[in-house]
Amino acid sequence: MILNDDQLDRYARHIILKQVGGAGQKKLLGARVLVIGAGGLGSPLILYLAAAGVGTIGVIDDDIVDLSNLQRQIIHTTDQVGQLKTDSAKEMIKRINPDVNIIRFTERFSKGNAEDIVRDYDILADGCDNFDTRFLVNDVCLKLKIPFVSAALSQFDGQISTFKGYLTGAPCYRCFIPQHPGNVGNCAEAGILGAVAGVLGSLQAVEILKELLDLGDSLAGRLLLYDGLSAVTRTIKLPKDPECPICKEITLVQKNNLGAKK
Amino acid sequence: MINITLNGDSHKIQKGQSLFDLLQDLKLDPGKVAVERNLEIVPKSTYQDIEIDDGDRLEIVHFIGGGKTI
Repeated sequence: MILNDDQLDRYARHIILKQVGGAGQKKLLGARVLVIGAGGLGSPLILYLAAAGVGTIGVIDDDIVDLSNLQRQIIHTTDQVGQLKTDSAKEMIKRINPDVNIIRFTERFSKGNAEDIVRDYDILADGCDNFDTRFLVNDVCLKLKIPFVSAALSQFDGQISTFKGYLTGAPCYRCFIPQHPGNVGNCAEAGILGAVAGVLGSLQAVEILKELLDLGDSLAGRLLLYDGLSAVTRTIKLPKDPECPICKEITLVQKNNLGAKK
Repeated sequence: MINITLNGDSHKIQKGQSLFDLLQDLKLDPGKVAVERNLEIVPKSTYQDIEIDDGDRLEIVHFIGGGKTI
């Protein structure tokens, strides 16, 4: 692939970064990222991935744009209320960057379709609104050995981490949240300061781009906590749970294989 | 008694308490929170075995990520 003149202009601020360069930009143009949910997190995330020139962006969402979404879901606009979020997101992506190939999945992410969808992607970004889907993302990504960057929001704060539970020593999502915590409140019930979604969705975009470009320190094995009210960000260690029912066996097999090689 | 810092505030607790005991005392459901001990999330399967040390810095991290029940 050769970058054309428009691309050299469009991505000039990336290309000038010695850690990205022309080679990194080509990598992004060849990359495939799947985004679960075109909502509060997915909106800024998809916008930045598209602007960055991520070549293929898959978007899963079966929802319709509602007026009450627009306070934080900035990929959708007032004239798109009532449209499918996947259609609305596609329209905006095309306006931002025609280089991007967008693949729409206007369906629930479920056991029935998860593996078939996920296997075509390099990395997932989980910005969904429920734990069942998060657990399913974790299961499928573990099985297919695909990393995912997961973010979550609450009123004024957020959490984000990268999960590569298929690696020895790296936690999976269930090492952090082993079981469905029950009702812990959602945006509709508890409310959310819209811009907080922007902070976490943008952090998610940064982490996805870092993984694609193999830049800096991965958030795998660490959890970043953002507290908007106190304006404090902390990053703490997130170890693998040695008794995690989901990823324990996968890494045990790996350890045994490594042992056999020695 | 030992001194710990819990969510940024100093507390005195009985020596020999496990993380599980502490959550019970605080009436926190271990299914809804993680415990951060000295800048590290404690694996849930070890709550009963981990004895809180003098000077430990603990933070309760509430699980977020959607409110829908199964």
